[in-house]
Order: sequence, then C-alpha cells, then structure tokens
Amino acid sequence: MCLGVPGQIVEIVDPELLIAVADVAGVRRKVNITCIVDDAHPVAACIGDWVLIHVGFAMARIDEAEAAETLKVLTAMGELQAELVAMRQTGEVQ
Amino acid sequence: MKYAHEFRDPILAQGLLAQIRDVVTRTGASVARPLNIMEVCGGHTHAIFRYGLHEMVPKEVEFIHGPGCPVCVLPMGRVDDCIEIAEHPQVIFASFGDAMRVPGTKKSLLQAKADGADIRLVYSPLDALALARANPDREVVFFALGFETTMPSTALTVLQAAKEGIMNFSLFCNHITVPQPIKALLDDPDMRLDGFVGPGHVSMVVGTRPYDFIARDYGKPIVVSGFEPLDLLQSVLMVVTQIAEGRAEVENQYGRIVPRDGNPQALAAIDAVFEPREKFEWRGLGEIDASGVKMRAGFAAWDAERKFDVGYGKGREVADPLDARCGDVLKGLIKPVACPLFGTICNPETPVGALMVSSEGACAAYYQYAGARAFESALAPS
Repeated sequence: MCLGVPGQIVEIVDPELLIAVADVAGVRRKVNITCIVDDAHPVAACIGDWVLIHVGFAMARIDEAEAAETLKVLTAMGELQAELVAMRQTGEVQ
Repeated sequence: MKYAHEFRDPILAQGLLAQIRDVVTRTGASVARPLNIMEVCGGHTHAIFRYGLHEMVPKEVEFIHGPGCPVCVLPMGRVDDCIEIAEHPQVIFASFGDAMRVPGTKKSLLQAKADGADIRLVYSPLDALALARANPDREVVFFALGFETTMPSTALTVLQAAKEGIMNFSLFCNHITVPQPIKALLDDPDMRLDGFVGPGHVSMVVGTRPYDFIARDYGKPIVVSGFEPLDLLQSVLMVVTQIAEGRAEVENQYGRIVPRDGNPQALAAIDAVFEPREKFEWRGLGEIDASGVKMRAGFAAWDAERKFDVGYGKGREVADPLDARCGDVLKGLIKPVACPLFGTICNPETPVGALMVSSEGACAAYYQYAGARAFESALAPS
C-alpha cells in the first residue's frame, strides 16, 4: 500500500477526469494522473511517461532507469508480486 | 558481504560501508553506546531486513525500527469500527488487502467476511468508487488508512465522488501523519535517538519542510531516503557524517523523487478534503496530538464517521493485549524477539499484534528474515 510501483502511461482515457492507462510490469490498469499534470506538463504530454504509482494514482514522474531499478528492488522484497495480484483483482483493463 | 550479489553495484556498496565504518569511528560511538538511527518508514524496515543491511553496518550503528507502518499502528478499536460498519446489510465495505488480517477485539475483517459481511478487497480507492457507481442501491464505504502517501488518493477520490454526485460512497477516514509521532518519540524520556532516515514516498507528497523541527528544535539529523539498498546505505552515511561533524540538518538523499516542497497537486487535494484532528490514537503509542486527519464539514456527505456514528473518540477505545509488547517494539525500546509472544502465540499465520501482520512491520520482517536465528540465540543459555 505504501510503496509506489513504477509503470508507464500508455493511453489517455479521459482527459477531463485525468484518467489514463498505465502498464505495470505487463498489467494494464486505469490510473489517475492529477498529480503529474500541470501547465508545463499537460495531459497529452503524459503518454510514454514513466511514473511511480500509488494505489491507482501516478504520484511522480521518474526516469526509465529508476523505474527498472525500483521494479528489481520491489521484486526482491516480494512487494511487486503482491501489488500485481491486487491490481488484477480489481480494475485490470483488458 | 552477505547479499552482495544483489546490489546493483557491489563495489559502490563496499565503498559506502567502508566510509560508514570510518565516519562512525570518528563519532566515538561504541557497541555499549551505539548510534541509534531510526528508519521511520516500514518500507525501509522491510528493505533493511531483506538485504541484511542491519548486519552489514558496523556494530556501533543500531537501526531502531520506527512507527511507519500504517496497519501496524491501527488500534483494535478502529478494526472493530470497520466491522460494525461492514455488518450493516446495505453496506459494501472496501479495503486495501493489508488491513484485512489485522485483529480487532473479536475478529479481523477477513473473519467478518467469512461470517457473511460484504467486504471487498480493492487495489485503489477508485475501485471502491466504481463499486458505488455499479451498486446504486448499496452504501459503499472505503477504509481510508495510511500516511500522507495515500492521502492524495483518497482525497482525490472523494473530490471525484462529489463532482459526479455519487452519494452512496463514503470514506472511513483513519489517515495518520508522520511528523507528529516522530515528535512524540523525541519527547519520550525513554527514547534515545541520534538521527533519522526519513520516509521517501511520504516526502514525495509533503516535501522535506515538515521535518525542519527535528533539526531545528531537537538538534537531530534526518536524511530522506530512497528504497534501494544503496540509497539506504548512502543515507546512513549522510546521517553518521552529520553526527561526526556536529551538524543537525534536513538532507535529501532521494532528490530524484522528492522535491523540497512536495507535490502541489497532491497537497491541494489533501487540504481541500481533510483537516487535522486535535489528537488521534495509535496502537502501542497511545494518543498523539494532531497526528491524524478527519474530513472537513463540507464533505460530511462522504464521511462514514458521520454517516454511521463510529470512529475515533466515540468511546470504542480498547487496550492492547496485556502481554504483547507491541508498543515497546514500535518505539524501538526492545527487539521483537524480546516479546514473550514473538514466534510462539504471535506469528504471521496467527498475528496477535499488527506488527506481525504487514510485511512492513518490524515483527514480521524479523520473523521472515532474521527471526529464527535471533530467536534461537535469545533462548540459548548464556
């Protein structure tokens, strides 16, 4: 719940409600992108962003190397697997 | 080095450890009077045990495991409240998985679900809002817990519910904050803390300014840290260097994620929906001033405390189990193995205290990675 998991924004679903689809280690789910959007980084610019996702909300933009390293650490700690199970249970985008 | 092959850069790790050893020598710390460094965040506790960092640092450095695991500090009375809400026949009660196994006085949410309550495990508060949309004749309650890291997600979900006019959705708000328990621990005469490794993802939301009082008022160093083992070693080096040089500052090792002022959109959402409580109850630590938030009156329609007349301050406070020493472990006064229930009555299959429930809890981490060996040596005749 507390640790963010890295994912990549692949699609904007609702530019008004700021809902996008993120790919997290092969699992796709809807995420809210309110916290990474501002005047300097509008919605359309978010596609392709690597982000840190907390309980369905993209909280920070990160670079790809950081994403890869974080995925490795989360896997070693067993946290990634647990997050992916939870994501699949509710709200995986088919 | 024990788990060296798992480090991204083993040579860098060796170098950091050598520097830590060198700097610690200059502090005058000894095994009898080690440097007590508290890692506040449960994610850091888990990483320290997973990578064996506590065994790699010099013996003159002691990790004190802090209260930064939200389910671990959840009082039994709040679990009882959840079950009371969940047992209303019209309610769908939605919760993160982490909270499902925390024991209440009679049962956990998992047991209540087995007994017939409609309790759903969700990954995100947005999934709970989707349940409310899909079940307009039911009342959907989301159990909002966690530190500042999860607050923006529940706040934004409530703002979304308000925008869409979804009235059959509410939050049971039990969010807590990081700075206040640190202050309480610093004020505790039993505690002797020399420095802090600060939480990374909480700080991503709130920035580093909320920790200024630790350096300014208490003269202790704090370094906000990432979660990679190399981040943690780097942060420990930064803390002991401050101690060796007689400095007390807020430093940011995790600058690649944590801006000084936090995330403005996230902070705006938190401020719109929540306001501080006068005080809040923590399992094992008791009541701490201004350490939790509640929903602002303007969002009363989405506040489960008001809808169901339950929650903190409603007289449902219950004492922790008498023989469990969760509070002393939470404060870092004793190691988990010193608790009479550790590994026997209290284990990850049948947790008595919440520290044994979550992978971020000190007891579960100890049990999983270090418990067996330490447990044996604690029992061995001296």
